[in-house]
Amino acid sequence: MSAPVTPTLLYLDDITVSFDGFRALNSLSLAIDHAEMRAIIGPNGAGKTTMMDVITGKTRPDQGTALFEGSHDLTVLDEAAIAELGIGRKFQTPTVFEMHSVEDNLLLAIKDKRGPFLTLFSRRTTLERERIEVLLERIRLTAHRYRKAGELSHGQKQWLEIGMLLAQEPKLLLIDEPAAGMTDQETADTAELLRDIAKTKAVVVVEHDMTFVRDLNVKVTCLHDGSVLAEGSLDAVSANERVVEVYLGR
Amino acid sequence: MTTQSVLDKQSIVVLSLLAAVAVLVPVLNGLAVPGSALHLSDHLVPLLGKYICFALLALSVDLIWGYCGILSLGHGAFFALGGYAMGMYLMRQIGPRGVYAHPVLPDFMVFLNWKDLPWFWYGFDVFPFAMLMVLLVPGILAFIFGWLAFRSRVTGVYLSIITQAMTYALMLAFFRNNMGFGGNNGLTDFKDILGFPLQSASTRRVLFVLSVAALGAGYLLCRWLVGSKFGKVLVAVRDAESRTRFLGYRVEHYKLAVFTISAMLAGVAGALYVPQVGIINPSEFAPANSIELVIWVAVGGRGTLAGAILGALVVNAGKTWFTGALPEFWLFALGGLFIFVTLFTPRGILGAGQGLWERAKQMLGSKPSRSSFSGGGVVP
Ligand SMILES: Nc1ncnc2c1ncn2[C@@H]1O[C@H](COP(=O)(O)OP(=O)(O)OP(=O)(O)O)[C@@H](O)[C@H]1O
Ligand SMILES: [Mg+2]
Repeated sequence: MSAPVTPTLLYLDDITVSFDGFRALNSLSLAIDHAEMRAIIGPNGAGKTTMMDVITGKTRPDQGTALFEGSHDLTVLDEAAIAELGIGRKFQTPTVFEMHSVEDNLLLAIKDKRGPFLTLFSRRTTLERERIEVLLERIRLTAHRYRKAGELSHGQKQWLEIGMLLAQEPKLLLIDEPAAGMTDQETADTAELLRDIAKTKAVVVVEHDMTFVRDLNVKVTCLHDGSVLAEGSLDAVSANERVVEVYLGR
Repeated sequence: MTTQSVLDKQSIVVLSLLAAVAVLVPVLNGLAVPGSALHLSDHLVPLLGKYICFALLALSVDLIWGYCGILSLGHGAFFALGGYAMGMYLMRQIGPRGVYAHPVLPDFMVFLNWKDLPWFWYGFDVFPFAMLMVLLVPGILAFIFGWLAFRSRVTGVYLSIITQAMTYALMLAFFRNNMGFGGNNGLTDFKDILGFPLQSASTRRVLFVLSVAALGAGYLLCRWLVGSKFGKVLVAVRDAESRTRFLGYRVEHYKLAVFTISAMLAGVAGALYVPQVGIINPSEFAPANSIELVIWVAVGGRGTLAGAILGALVVNAGKTWFTGALPEFWLFALGGLFIFVTLFTPRGILGAGQGLWERAKQMLGSKPSRSSFSGGGVVP
């Protein structure tokens, strides 16, 4: 299949991933536009996280096309190279550097040269300092900047990880279950933060929390058994018979 | 951790103590009246020098294990290679004064009926060349080994096992006479270094002071590495390797860099060790040696640098005492100590002491400080 004429930001076509014969992704196709926000829903084991693994180079698909900006083949690049292209990722379980301070977590994430010699001699610039200030403010962790990230609450870690994602200045953010383990207020705040981010960047959010997805108010893709079951507005998708079947069980 | 001062509290303590030792030991040995209570007898100087070299070796292990999570169980190999490079220089210094009085060939080669010096012994009569090899041989081996291992993402226990295999293979190779390194006798019967007799008390004092200086310099190098952004990436790799990759860092490059630097530090330690103990043989490659030195680091406190130094000194002093008083119990004592530390003070002696200190300060009502001792810190 030839690449589309106007390159979408992220283009997945016919992606299949099997683990010992079990197809976690089954001929999955998906396209994300520049500055689009997309919510991905689907029951446990639908393949949502595996899809992110493929996009970020953690898992190699058995077959299929994965293109970023129409020309970069994600199936041959490694994690670091894909991150440098501008794809950032937040994990399902919040993964921050527990022994580093909140500030250092952001410092490590901030867009900069990544080679060992460059980090050895790098000094924190005023610009970086200002960026970190702004980010701390945005993720509401200014008061906790010197604390070890491991001491933060679950919700704060989720936000710190989103902050790290922003610090990378990616073009595409992949966010796996940001609302998991959050209070209602935190969930609403997170939805607002993501809507704000989506004004300038493409965002793909995986989430089970339907209130949260409704808050996002964006196009929804429902995955099931490794492929797309339905796509459209949340109302349209939740009215879809097959989606209802999958969620309620046959 | 957040404010980068020139020297943190821990470094000031460590460097002051090292400076004091570097002055006291030679003075008490050279100036105090022999027989007086203050006098340090001649045989103690190289013994203490040996401990200092072990401390530098432990430091090199802490750099990779404590800060980057690379548990090398083969670091004794880099130490031994540095030692062999120094030993080769010292052998060539003997010149025609060997038992067989051959103008060029060391005794063991004459004994094996060799006619010419093997090519890899060329240049070792030149001190600067030999010193370069002290750094390059362990460095290059570590680079090649690390490049293969880290590129294929060998981690954890698998990495530890192949490092053991590496040092074991080197031990077997060095045991062979036709390798050209003196077989199981190794290199010994050294006479002098840069023209100074190795048996003289003053040469030994100088070697001791140089060892302490090397330890101090090694400590500063490591402190600088772990305090930089590079060091923060190392800790990030240690605690969440794949997260670090997704941030765009080439983890294998970082591991390779720090592994190579660490191997070179171990090589320097070995090079300073050999003239003070007077021999280097293949038993230095023994896998058990490499395991033992990891225990020093664990006992002292992993991921603190100062803990590695402390652990090496304490355990080796204990070993000397035990092998004198209760030789058959040493291994039990070492094993027991390791188990005790792992179970009760996972942060080692230094961590335990620091914990007590913090608690004492809190009881006295002062605010808990963000102590500089924690360094990168290790999750217990
Ligand atoms: N490394 C792996 N090895 C074997 N099976 C795997 C692996 N990773 C994922 N799977 C399987 O693939 C399927 C899809 O998993 P995935 O984690 O992508 O689901 P998900 O949609 O993210 O689910 P959840 O909502 O529970 O997070 C699951 O059945 C899972 O057990
Ligand atoms: Mg998942």
